[in-house]
Amino acid sequence: MADEKKLFKVTIDNITIEVEPGTTILNAARSIGGEVAPPAMCYYSKLKNSGGKCRTCLVEVAAGSTADPRPMPKLVASCRTTVMDGMIVKNITSERVIDARAGVTEFLLLNHPLDCPICDQAGECHLQDLSYEHGKEGTRFEFQKRTFKKHDLGEYIQLHMTRCILCYRCVFVADQLTQKRAHGILDRGDHSEIATYIEKSLDNDFIGNVIDVCPVGALTDKTFRFKNRVWFTKPVDAHRNCSKCCGEVQLWMRGDEVFRVTARKDEWGEVKDATDGRPGWICNECRFEKKDLKDWTIDGPTKVNRHSVISQGHYVGVQMPKDFLPEVMGGRGPKLLMDIHKVSEVNRPEIELSKIDGPAHGDDFAGAKQ
Amino acid sequence: MGVKLLLDKAKVEGIRQYDVYRREGGYRSVEKALKTMSPDAVTEEVKKSGLRGRGGAGFPTGMKWSFLAKPEGVPRHLVCNADESEPGTFKDRFLMEFLPHLLIEGLIVASYALGSNATYIYIRGEYAWITDILEHAIGEAKANGWLGNNILGTGFNCEIYVQRGAGAYICGEETALIESLEGKRGNPRIKPPFPAVKGVWDRPTVVNNVETLAAVVPIINMGGEEYAKIGVGKSTGTKLISACGNINKPGVYEIDMTIPVEEFIYSDEYCGGIANGKRLKACIPGGSSVPILPANLLLKTAKGETRYMNYESLSDGGFATGSMMGSGGFIVLDEDQCVVKNTYTLARFYRHESCGQCSPCREGTGWMEKILKAIESGKGKMSDIDLLWDIQRKIEGNTICPLGDAAAWPVAAAIRHFRDEFEWHVNNPQECLTRNYGLAHYADPIYTPA
Repeated sequence: MADEKKLFKVTIDNITIEVEPGTTILNAARSIGGEVAPPAMCYYSKLKNSGGKCRTCLVEVAAGSTADPRPMPKLVASCRTTVMDGMIVKNITSERVIDARAGVTEFLLLNHPLDCPICDQAGECHLQDLSYEHGKEGTRFEFQKRTFKKHDLGEYIQLHMTRCILCYRCVFVADQLTQKRAHGILDRGDHSEIATYIEKSLDNDFIGNVIDVCPVGALTDKTFRFKNRVWFTKPVDAHRNCSKCCGEVQLWMRGDEVFRVTARKDEWGEVKDATDGRPGWICNECRFEKKDLKDWTIDGPTKVNRHSVISQGHYVGVQMPKDFLPEVMGGRGPKLLMDIHKVSEVNRPEIELSKIDGPAHGDDFAGAKQ
Repeated sequence: MGVKLLLDKAKVEGIRQYDVYRREGGYRSVEKALKTMSPDAVTEEVKKSGLRGRGGAGFPTGMKWSFLAKPEGVPRHLVCNADESEPGTFKDRFLMEFLPHLLIEGLIVASYALGSNATYIYIRGEYAWITDILEHAIGEAKANGWLGNNILGTGFNCEIYVQRGAGAYICGEETALIESLEGKRGNPRIKPPFPAVKGVWDRPTVVNNVETLAAVVPIINMGGEEYAKIGVGKSTGTKLISACGNINKPGVYEIDMTIPVEEFIYSDEYCGGIANGKRLKACIPGGSSVPILPANLLLKTAKGETRYMNYESLSDGGFATGSMMGSGGFIVLDEDQCVVKNTYTLARFYRHESCGQCSPCREGTGWMEKILKAIESGKGKMSDIDLLWDIQRKIEGNTICPLGDAAAWPVAAAIRHFRDEFEWHVNNPQECLTRNYGLAHYADPIYTPA
C-alpha cells in the first residue's frame, strides 16, 4: 500500500473521478470527455509551458480541496491549475464560466477577420468551433479591425497574421522541436504579431509542425492553400519509413490524389503519439514533398469525430460522442421540444446516410418515402 | 505636523553624498541588524511593524518575506521594484533621486533578512539619471564597506546591481519584472508558482517596492512595535503620497495615515487647496489604476463618516462607493476637468501598455479605448455606455495579471459615478467639444476653513 500513489478525487460538473496528483483540471476534465472538457485555444498538452493565455478554459473552483474547502475567488485557467484532493470544479454548470467564456470568445473574434469562406482552416478551425459553441450572433465591435500583411515564412509556410489569436503555440514548437527559434512575438498589446523581424524563412526539418498546432488559419501549408476544402477530402491513415520522424501521418485525399499530409490528431485536435510511442510530429519531407500515393502505405480510413464537419454527409467510421448532459444535470435529460423524426420528411432514421453514394441528395429521401 | 520617517532628512544639504548621509545617522540600521540581530529576527521585526507593501496591493511585507522558500544550496534573491510607471505616481522617483542611500540601506538590511547575496534594483528605463545616482551611491557604499564581501566582519556578503528596464509599464508586475530581469520579453508569468518559490532564474525571490524597502530602515532603527504605533489600524507607519493635478502644491508628501482626505487636499501643509480657487470635482486617490471617486464620496464615506488617508478608510464601501490606497498617486480633478476625457486618456494608456499575452486584456483594452474615444469626440451612442460596462466586467478578474483589472477599474468607476456625464456627451455631441459638463450633483461641499 505504501508505494501505491494516492489518487486525488476531483468533481467536475457533478462527475467525480480520480486522477494522479499533479494533473491539471483541464486534463482531468478531458479524461471525462465530452462537453465537460473546457475548450482550449492556446494549451497544447504536447508542448511544455503552453497554456494560460487565451482564457477560454476558465473554470470556477467551488471548493479548493478537502483540507481547504474555500472557493477560489476568481475563475482559474484550468489548463494551468492542478487539481487538489476533494476539489469541486464547475465548468458548464457555472453561469459565471459560461458568461466569461462568451466574453473571451467575443474578444478573440474582435479583430479576427471572419474570412472563413476563403480560409483554408475552415472546417477544422478551433476558433470556429469555439464561436459556434460560445459566440454570439452579430458583433458589437463597430470599428475597423486590425490587419496585417501576409508573410511568407519560407517555401512552405504562409503566415496570415490577421487571423492569429496569439496562442504562442508556434513559438513553443520552434523552441521545443527545433534547435534555433527564428520567429517570435514582436511588439505588445493588440498590435503584437508573430514575426521573424526581418523577413526570414523558417528552415528546419520540423518547422512544418507549426501548421498543425495553429488553432486558426494563421499558419497555413502553401502546398495545400486553396487547393481544396477540407470537408471534400477524406482523411486516411498512412505511414512510410522516414529516417527523420515517426512517419505516421494522415493523408487528405480526394479520389487517388493526395492533397495534404498532416500529423495524426487525437480527439482534442492535438498531434497524437505514434504507435511505437514516439512523438507524433512529422518532418517537412513527409509533410510537403510526399504527395504521391506511391510513397505511402495506407493503414485505413481515419476515425473522424462527429464534431468535425469532415464527418458530414457520407463518411464511414464516424464516432458518435457520448452524451454527458443527463449525467451533468443530475439525471435529468434535456427537455425534448419536438421529435424531429416525426415531423420531418428529410431526417429519417431508416435512411443510412453512409450507404448513399456521394453527398446526400433530395432524391434519396424522396425514394425512401414510398 | 505629521511624523516623518523617510523624508525627514530630504532637505539636508548634500544628503545624496555618503558622508553627509552617514553623519546624519545613516546606515545605523545595517549596523544594528547585522551585528545584533539574526535574519529571522529582522523578518520578525518587519512583521511586528505591520508594514504593508507600498507598491499598490498593500500586502503585508513581513508575511511576504516569511513565505520565501529556503531550500538548501539554492541562492535567494531580493529584487527592488523601481519600475514606477503608474500615471500619477512619482514617490519612488523622489526617494531614489534625493535619498539614494536610504534605499540602499534598506536593501542591505532586507537582503540580510532574506539571505540574498545578489540583490537587484530593476529601475524604470526613463529614470536614466537616477540610475547614475544609484550607481554612484552603491559605489560609495561599497567603498565604505557596506557592500561586498564580509560586511562589517559578519561574514555576510551582498552586492546590489542596478538593471534598467526599457520603458514598459507591465514590467512593474512582479513576474513580468522577473522575466525582463532575466533578459526575456516582459510577459507576466502564470501563477502559481509564485516568485517566493520560483522567481529570478527559478530561485526563490522577493520583489518589493522602493518605498517598502526604504521603510525597513526606520523599522529596524525604532523597532517594529514602535513603528506600528504610528498610523491607525492595519495602516501602520508613514506613506509617501505623490499629489498632482489641479492643486496648489503638487509634490511628494509623507503622511502618517491619520489625516482626513479633506485636510490633505486643503491644508497648506500638504496640497494647499484646489488651484485657481476652483472647486473639487473628483479624485483618483491611489494612482491611475484605482477607481475614481467624486468629491462627495471622497471626503465622506457613504455612511457619512470622514474619509481618512489610509488603506481601510479609502477602500471603505468597496468599489461601489470607495476606492483604494494603491501606490499613493493622488490625482485631483477640478470642476473644469472632463471625466470622459480623463477615462479615455487612461484607457489609451492601458491599451498601449497591455502586453498582449492574454486575450481579454489584449482585445478588451483596445476596444474600450475606441469606444471612449468615440464618446469623447461626440460620436458615441447611448448603448456604448452599457457596452463599456459589459467589456470591463468581462476583462476584470479573467486575465493573467492585474493589468486587466487595472484597466477595467477606472472605466467601471467612471461609469458608476459619472454616468450622467457620459450620457451628456452622447446627447450633446456638438456641445461636448466646446465646453465641459461641470460639477453637477457630486459637487463638494464648498470648503470653508474651520
